Amino acid sequence: MPKHLQQVEGTSSIHLIMTDETLWQIFINASLVNNFVLAYFLGICPFLGVSGKMDTATKMGGAVTFVMIIASVCAYGIHAVLVAVNAPFLQLISYIVVIASTVQLVEMFVKKMSPALFRALGIFLPLITTNCAILGVALFQTNKGYGFLESFIYALGAGVGFTIALVLIAGLREQLEFAEVPNSVKGTALTLMIAGILSLCFMGFAGLGQ
Amino acid sequence: MNNQKNKTGFIAALEKSPSTDEFIKGLWKDNPVFVQVLGMCPVLAVSNTAENALAMGLATAFVLLMSNILVSSLRNFIPKQVRIASYILIIATFVTITDYAIQAISVELHKALGAFISLIVVNCLILSRAEAFASKNTIGKSILDALGMGVGFTFALLCLGAVRELLGNGSIFNIAIFPDNFQEWIVMILPAGGFFTLAIWLLVFNVFKK
Repeated sequence: MPKHLQQVEGTSSIHLIMTDETLWQIFINASLVNNFVLAYFLGICPFLGVSGKMDTATKMGGAVTFVMIIASVCAYGIHAVLVAVNAPFLQLISYIVVIASTVQLVEMFVKKMSPALFRALGIFLPLITTNCAILGVALFQTNKGYGFLESFIYALGAGVGFTIALVLIAGLREQLEFAEVPNSVKGTALTLMIAGILSLCFMGFAGLGQ
Repeated sequence: MNNQKNKTGFIAALEKSPSTDEFIKGLWKDNPVFVQVLGMCPVLAVSNTAENALAMGLATAFVLLMSNILVSSLRNFIPKQVRIASYILIIATFVTITDYAIQAISVELHKALGAFISLIVVNCLILSRAEAFASKNTIGKSILDALGMGVGFTFALLCLGAVRELLGNGSIFNIAIFPDNFQEWIVMILPAGGFFTLAIWLLVFNVFKK
């Protein structure tokens, strides 16, 4: 495999090298340099689905960040227990159960507090369970061997990064409503192209968190 | 070995029911990636080479097939209220099996795919087939549906992987296609290239449908 191929394979090679990071570096890395949406392609479904309006995008970002932090903190505890009882094969199943229950909690909370927001988020609220970004945070932090505080900051950074990407694209899409584009480009294809350009922009952050 | 088993099951089902609609629809009309735009995260993330794309496609197809079979055979026993949680547990079990199997077959491949094997759990495609199809149909039909969707998904991943590897590395399946003096488009292997390639494929499909 050529060298540049391995470099972009962020999930495997790079993670194992990074060990001595300050909390600030972890935050910057998770939110900007290795943005979960634009560099790791995690959480693309809500990214394409609820990025039509700025308002919904912000709230969705908030909900995802919240679930991420809870899931990350729980994942830290679960990992410690699983290591103690020597059952690593239960990792995936227990993580996903924790995430699903947290999402259920958030869903009930949102439904009670703001029925309008509940309707706006629609099917994408329960679908936070299957948002890869959340399981991604839990798995990556375990792979990296983060401690409690580091996990918390990592999840916060990832959530902020997700929200930034979502809000940026929502802003762009709101403007595009008024633009004349060919019919065949409308919809997902156009959104993906903007995402590609955004992803190129975010490459400019490389080296920031070192 | 697995393929062999799938094939005999498929042929047996084919003989039983004259209609092969369930199988065909996943390939073209309802292609999970190009038409339904489901399961985007692995599609974009591991399609930087054709080899990774094929491995990911087959792993996802396997999980999809097994979970469809199990969900379909348990459809009368799973209470409606906890169905999503049960589906996710079923899927997580098979993903864990796949994860360990790939690790046993090729450590290198496991490293290249990284956390994205575990992230098959949150692939919306699998959950959506379980919820929308397998929970309402017989085992035979569910197998056909899973095979069609699995093949369609793998096909779409290969489409992306081949283009990205060809332009970004001058080869397909590590076999050099372009002469040595070909200037590689590094951006195609980077995350941005994933977005662009998928956008262009969606565009092609949009033009085709009209």
